[in-house]
Amino acid sequence: MLDPSSVNAPTREPLLQAIGVTKRYGTFLANDAIDLDLLPTEIHALLGENGAGKSTLVKIMYGLIQPSEGELKWMGEKLALAGPADARALGIAMVFQHFSLFENLTVAENVALGLAPKESFAAISARLAEVSRVYGLPLDPKREVWRLSVGERQRIEIVRALMQNPKLLILDEPTAVLTPQEADQLFIVLERLKDEGRAILYISHKLEEVKRLCDRATILRGGKKVATCDPRRETAASLARMMVGVDIGEVKAASGRAPSIPRLVVQGLTLVPDDPHGVRLDQVSIEVRGGEIVGIAGVAGNGQDELFAALSGERRAPESGAVVIDGRAAGHLSVTERRRLGAAFVPEERLGHGTAPRMRLSENALLTGHAASGMVKHGFIDRSATLAAVDRATAAFDVRKSKRDPEAVSLSGGNLQKFVVGREILREPGVLVVSQPTWGVDAGAAAVIRQALVDLAGRGAAVLVVSQDLDELAEIADRIAVIFHGRLSTPLAAAAASREKLGLLMGGSSVGTQEAADAPRA
Amino acid sequence: MRLALERRAERSVAIAIASPLIAIALTLITMTMLFASLGKNPVAALAVYFLDPLTDPYSLQEIAVKATPLVMIAIGLSLCYLANVWNIGAEGQFLIGAVAGSWLAVKTQGTDAGAWVLPAMLVLGALGGALYALIPAICKVRFGASEILTSLMLVYVADLVLDYLVRGPWRDPQGYNFPTTAEFDSVATVPILIEGSRLHLGALIALVVVAVAAVMLGRTIKGFEIRVVGSAPKAARFAGFDADQLTILTFMISGALAGLAGIIEVAGPVGHLQPNISPGYGFTAIIVAFLGRLNPIGILIAGLFLALTFIGGEQAQIAMKIPLDLTKVFQGILLFFVLACDSLIVYRIRLMPSHRRATHGIG
Repeated sequence: MLDPSSVNAPTREPLLQAIGVTKRYGTFLANDAIDLDLLPTEIHALLGENGAGKSTLVKIMYGLIQPSEGELKWMGEKLALAGPADARALGIAMVFQHFSLFENLTVAENVALGLAPKESFAAISARLAEVSRVYGLPLDPKREVWRLSVGERQRIEIVRALMQNPKLLILDEPTAVLTPQEADQLFIVLERLKDEGRAILYISHKLEEVKRLCDRATILRGGKKVATCDPRRETAASLARMMVGVDIGEVKAASGRAPSIPRLVVQGLTLVPDDPHGVRLDQVSIEVRGGEIVGIAGVAGNGQDELFAALSGERRAPESGAVVIDGRAAGHLSVTERRRLGAAFVPEERLGHGTAPRMRLSENALLTGHAASGMVKHGFIDRSATLAAVDRATAAFDVRKSKRDPEAVSLSGGNLQKFVVGREILREPGVLVVSQPTWGVDAGAAAVIRQALVDLAGRGAAVLVVSQDLDELAEIADRIAVIFHGRLSTPLAAAAASREKLGLLMGGSSVGTQEAADAPRA
Repeated sequence: MRLALERRAERSVAIAIASPLIAIALTLITMTMLFASLGKNPVAALAVYFLDPLTDPYSLQEIAVKATPLVMIAIGLSLCYLANVWNIGAEGQFLIGAVAGSWLAVKTQGTDAGAWVLPAMLVLGALGGALYALIPAICKVRFGASEILTSLMLVYVADLVLDYLVRGPWRDPQGYNFPTTAEFDSVATVPILIEGSRLHLGALIALVVVAVAAVMLGRTIKGFEIRVVGSAPKAARFAGFDADQLTILTFMISGALAGLAGIIEVAGPVGHLQPNISPGYGFTAIIVAFLGRLNPIGILIAGLFLALTFIGGEQAQIAMKIPLDLTKVFQGILLFFVLACDSLIVYRIRLMPSHRRATHGIG
């Protein structure tokens, strides 16, 4: 099954071929003699854990970095890419996991900046509207980017890539921020692009998705190619085994977990947004008990950010009783004061919100640890304490990094997320609010993070998980509520929360409200 | 072929250190062309500017005297700039500090007051500068007014206040109608460090300020807050750091240091209050802050370098009849190159095939 010749034997001429591509950083081999060929009319998955070398390989194909050895061939001819501009000129487009958008510019202006300046702005706007209509990716060209949700921002990136009419489209974790319905919509787009004769390189950690969508999959581990296979003939478990090298453990329920008293209570929280295009929170109420994990599902941009800010204290509630942490009214308290009450928070955006990108991990440990971890004595920073916190998170969550205390921005997404989650969990919070805990994180890291959340609840903490990943919520949450237009549904017991029911609630249907009320609590 | 800026994956530490040196080199090249166009021998002119002041003890002391206010002001400005707060009005805070401290000197004139006068003047000077800096800070925090404009405009207000006082209420009756106060009493004068020179206690105070700033930025939670608020505002809010409060704090520290520098200048090298007590220290200090990479030790070095240009400029005027304004030209060109070279820390220059395309950064 691992013999490439047995799967989709490449009778067509490869569009892009990587032959023995090697990338060396000092003595570290990020890519070790990788062979890969991408065919037209094919969706090819690139699988691997964080640090497996996927990003390096893709950056080489996009001209961002130069290989140390090996070569690329484009339609059979040797290819030297001096930069991304060369790649784009050939017809290679890429949608990055981290977006490169100017927040203060509109959708159309952002798109225009990425294209050759041959076209007038009006023509680009028109073409943008056309492409987004044809492929069913709705976008308002005149909207400023800062007002858009993560999902909408990604749509810009995809449309921008499509407007270059690429022969090869590279997508890095595209569905990480989408709802199941949005993902389905994207798959239709991708299938259609494939049928138009394009090649698609699809990087994902979601194995089910790869099985469903992709014609071939190449799996990397530790910088080496492990196999190229037909994902439809594999099981998710067999793919995961190739990626990780060992079987990934299922998340195990912590034994003896019984919900106790409510530790986080939100009561009738109504909050008008600062930004006129933000979402108004409307009478949000929820109760999370010790030992319990409550999930909040919802399509991006329905008030999740606002709810997180109100819970963390980045925005204060109008009434102090609207947020209660461990019996103390906390609505009026600052972030720091809430942390001192034993609450901890993990925001969705790990770079720039959860961490200061250009600061070292030890400084980022201080970012949330300064409130109550003995890292600050008489106003002075205890360097050894901050470094010790980094070492503890590194050891407990297997954070892989180039040196003991690198800048946050130099870590891969999954490793940084493990650090951020570890930083908060190691403080042993009584209440943890975490938003998109495993966004863009590989299967191995995601399992570690989910297990850590379950274990934390097992030790008696109240855990509130805001996530768009329904599989994740189904795996770890005891109860699930849905947020829509700033309103929160009554939580459903996880067992009673089918995908269909949640999907309806996420779409704003009030169907299920009655069942929700009938659902047994926990 | 064309030149393009391409984002570096990581910030280059080597360039961060080399960038001010490259900027200085480019400035010297530009100056060479300027001297040549003025019909002066560039080699001789550069020697007068940059080498002669370093060869005699008097000039060396004068460099320290001139560097004192530059370094003190620039340290304060660097705290603002690190916090993403743009105080451009240090010149005004310098003048108001000088006025506030001089008030006590004028009031106690000839009263045989004790040794408390000078310390009290320094405190008043710092307080005056801090309160004056509070105005743009509050305008920014409360009303969202651009501190760049308000702080700059307040410079001219301060200038006129000083002018009014020395021409009106505080004018020396025995001063032949010159716009100046009487010479300060000795208890209201900053002591000289080396007999026979103008090197005064202020130079030591500046060194203490540098040391305190280095410790504060590197070792304290307040310094950390300032750096986070400036470099990652959203992360700072998440950390619970209050950006508005830091805007006020950094403005006040910066104003206090500028005010302190002002009163030290008046009670030290000048000896009385008069208009034109500053050859634009408050503005030159902006260059010092950036040339010194917003780092206290860097600022100390940069302050000495910029002081050298003041002294060199004076000597060039005397020896070669080169206009003094050229010093300001020099400083302006230097700031321009410093800011331009800073791009190299985050970007690298690459030669690209000659198609006009935008380079694509990776987030």
